[in-house]
Amino acid sequence: MQDAADQNGEVEFVIFTSGGQSFSLDIRHVREIRGQSAVTPLPHAPEEVLGVTNLRGAVIPVFDLARCFALGATVDAERNVIVIAMNGTQTIGLLVQSVSEIVSFPRANIQDAPDMLGGSAQSHISGLVPLQEGMSRVIDLPSLIQRRMPVPA
Amino acid sequence: MAANDAFRDLFFEEAEDLLATLSDDLVRLSAGEFDNEIVHSIFRAVHSIKGSAGAFSLEELVDFAHRYETVLDGVRSDRLELTPDLFRVVQRSADHLAVLVEAARTEQETDRAVTETALAALDACLCAASATGADPMPTASETPEAGPAQEEPQFGFVPLSLDLDSLAQTGPQSFDICFRPHPSLYENGHEPALLLAQLAELGHLETEIDLSALPHWSAPEIVEQALSWKLRLATDATQDAIEEVFDFVDGLCDLTIQAEGNDMPETVVQNGAPIETATTKLAEPDAAPTATCIEAETAEPASAAKSVAAADTPRPTLRVDLDRIERLFNAVGELIINQSMIAQRVDDLQLHHDADMAVHVESYRLLARDIQEAVMAIRAQPVKPLFQRMSRIVREAADGTGKQAQLVMVGEGTEVDKTVIERLADPLTHMIRNSVDHGLEGPEQRCANGKDPVGTIWLSAAHRSGSVVITIRDDGGGLDREKVLGVAVKKGLVPAGADLSESEIDNLIFLPGFSTASATSLLSGRGVGLDVVRTAVQSLGGRVNIVSRPGKGTEFTIALPLTLAVLDGMLISVGNISMLVPISAVLETIRPLAGEVQAVGPDECLLSIRGRFVPVIDLAANLGVPRAVEADAPMLLLLVETEARGTCALLVDRVHDQRQVVIKGLESNYGHVPGVSAATVLGDGQIALILDPDAIVAQNHGAGLRAVIPS
Repeated sequence: MQDAADQNGEVEFVIFTSGGQSFSLDIRHVREIRGQSAVTPLPHAPEEVLGVTNLRGAVIPVFDLARCFALGATVDAERNVIVIAMNGTQTIGLLVQSVSEIVSFPRANIQDAPDMLGGSAQSHISGLVPLQEGMSRVIDLPSLIQRRMPVPA
Repeated sequence: MAANDAFRDLFFEEAEDLLATLSDDLVRLSAGEFDNEIVHSIFRAVHSIKGSAGAFSLEELVDFAHRYETVLDGVRSDRLELTPDLFRVVQRSADHLAVLVEAARTEQETDRAVTETALAALDACLCAASATGADPMPTASETPEAGPAQEEPQFGFVPLSLDLDSLAQTGPQSFDICFRPHPSLYENGHEPALLLAQLAELGHLETEIDLSALPHWSAPEIVEQALSWKLRLATDATQDAIEEVFDFVDGLCDLTIQAEGNDMPETVVQNGAPIETATTKLAEPDAAPTATCIEAETAEPASAAKSVAAADTPRPTLRVDLDRIERLFNAVGELIINQSMIAQRVDDLQLHHDADMAVHVESYRLLARDIQEAVMAIRAQPVKPLFQRMSRIVREAADGTGKQAQLVMVGEGTEVDKTVIERLADPLTHMIRNSVDHGLEGPEQRCANGKDPVGTIWLSAAHRSGSVVITIRDDGGGLDREKVLGVAVKKGLVPAGADLSESEIDNLIFLPGFSTASATSLLSGRGVGLDVVRTAVQSLGGRVNIVSRPGKGTEFTIALPLTLAVLDGMLISVGNISMLVPISAVLETIRPLAGEVQAVGPDECLLSIRGRFVPVIDLAANLGVPRAVEADAPMLLLLVETEARGTCALLVDRVHDQRQVVIKGLESNYGHVPGVSAATVLGDGQIALILDPDAIVAQNHGAGLRAVIPS
């Protein structure tokens, strides 16, 4: 299906699992994927902010993606990885259960999230993409991060 | 558009360099070094700015630079004599040129009237130049010959008719002055050289000293009136103005002033260029007192000579985006951590029998340190540009307050981290203004106190044990301690009748809401005082001190860390989290004995230490982390000094050691965390937060501390 599509109209997604559900992120946002590393907790941070970690000398915050979608805390496991994502000049980490694949879709195949989604899911999902075994939720990264950033001093 | 912007940026970068060269050259000139090459260099700088500014249609800048250049060309080709007056105009014009460039860069409107005034001053010089020539009544059509205006008719030279009229009416006049100081003149602390310098400001002065009465140096007797001067002054000023110069020495000398005709026999003009006769000229009368001041600082001539050498052979430089250096800096920080991890691992593997391995690991370590030092050096910059800006501030402040002041700089080559330099500009400007405005006395009072009417401010920078020390010293009246204490009592900053030491009184001026200026002046005294300076310096991790000697002057000392990228901190842990407390805030660590900590109300605790009660703050509760030690474990307190609440005791779980860490911002990727100023990466790659004790104390939530009180 992706071969037939027009190159310009195509979007590549990194597909990963978090809280038992499939999520996807535009590959242009993804900088790298690393194993879970030590995280230093931050005082007064919301519970989905696990803390900060060291990415080659830069201090980046790590979010528990499952908690961001109110799916409970991600359980410690071997396969857990941190997706390093860029939002403008900002670099952040997303803790997910596992990364499965990179898939390319024609832009037309991305469907708007239906209105029935409420709460945190509604505001952080920009659309849905069909997969062979169901579908994946496209994360609206700016909205996801914005909510959790402390008010600038 | 983007390309145009790039060119624009390049222009302003270049202009900045050129202005720096210009200001360097002016400093050399004012130090009494007169050399045609310096004048050429000044001319070239102004000319280059004019040329590039034309490409961006910055008309006001071009017009001004052109007129400035005309005057400089006059000096260069000896048509104009560099009198102290002219030098002042040249200096002020350089300042104004910098203002115009800055205005063009920020695309702000400039005050056209200021430019007009500056232009008028330049014109006056040109007119005066023609006037010093044989023709006592120059006409407008003759004046343009002084400059290259004819070659470039588009920048037509328009002399102000006003100046010409006044010139035409009075014309330069010659006065013969005979000046014989009485011994009482010297006893009162007057200095003939300064009087002569003041005269020279009125016009063209020729001096001849009469040494006939001077006894042979071996003669034992003291002759009362050994020195006298015969002076000839060509000036537009009236006899009254000349007499005014000698006002202060009235009755302390024999003085005769005789007016002469309009003729100027000493100066003959051929083809518009005056040819000087071989009379002693007071070409640099102003420079004489300046030079003595500078020579008083032994370090100055050496550094001046060094800067001359540096100016002669400009070293090739490369402009690099600060972001790229930042990236390099981060990568190097990581390299250092990586290196220590590898070294640790190799150690663990017990590979000591492998001598090669040990050698490699060691050379890796050395290499990594070398790279780190080199990268640090990239960020380090000399304080010179900052100091140069201050000489402008001194001139502006002196003009604004009607005082005379000069700035002597020492150690401009001292290198400090770029960020420190940037953030030091405001506090330093404030302090320099303060020194001129409040520190120095007016010229009359200075003369009366037997001081040089020109006040001196010394600005120096030096490295001292891992920090940079900047001192601002003036030779003014020093602090009026009675007045300072009076104001502090009146404002309720100290209780009436308080017995304070001299240094405690001096330090009162740093208190918020303190301002001694009885009359609010234009420059300082806007209600914001030195407390702002102290806050700014402290936010850079530095300290500011004051030493004042009545009648002799005041000295401020600012001690700053060499870089903002590195911090000395105490590593502590609360719960399972490692944190750093800046060592500058830490006073001591204490294990309180039973009874030394007392509960006050349900949440508050006080520590009794050496007769004082200090509030105890539970760090774990404030940061929302569980404590890692058992409730009955001995209490460990870290005494810290804070701005808001004085001394406070932080309850911590463990105190590890003191170490130097590289500061990493949290704000760019996350945001501000209450109570935390930044973060750092520890040797094992873990992140530790750097606490801001002030913020923690300010936000203290209180907590159930009673449970941990030792009994």
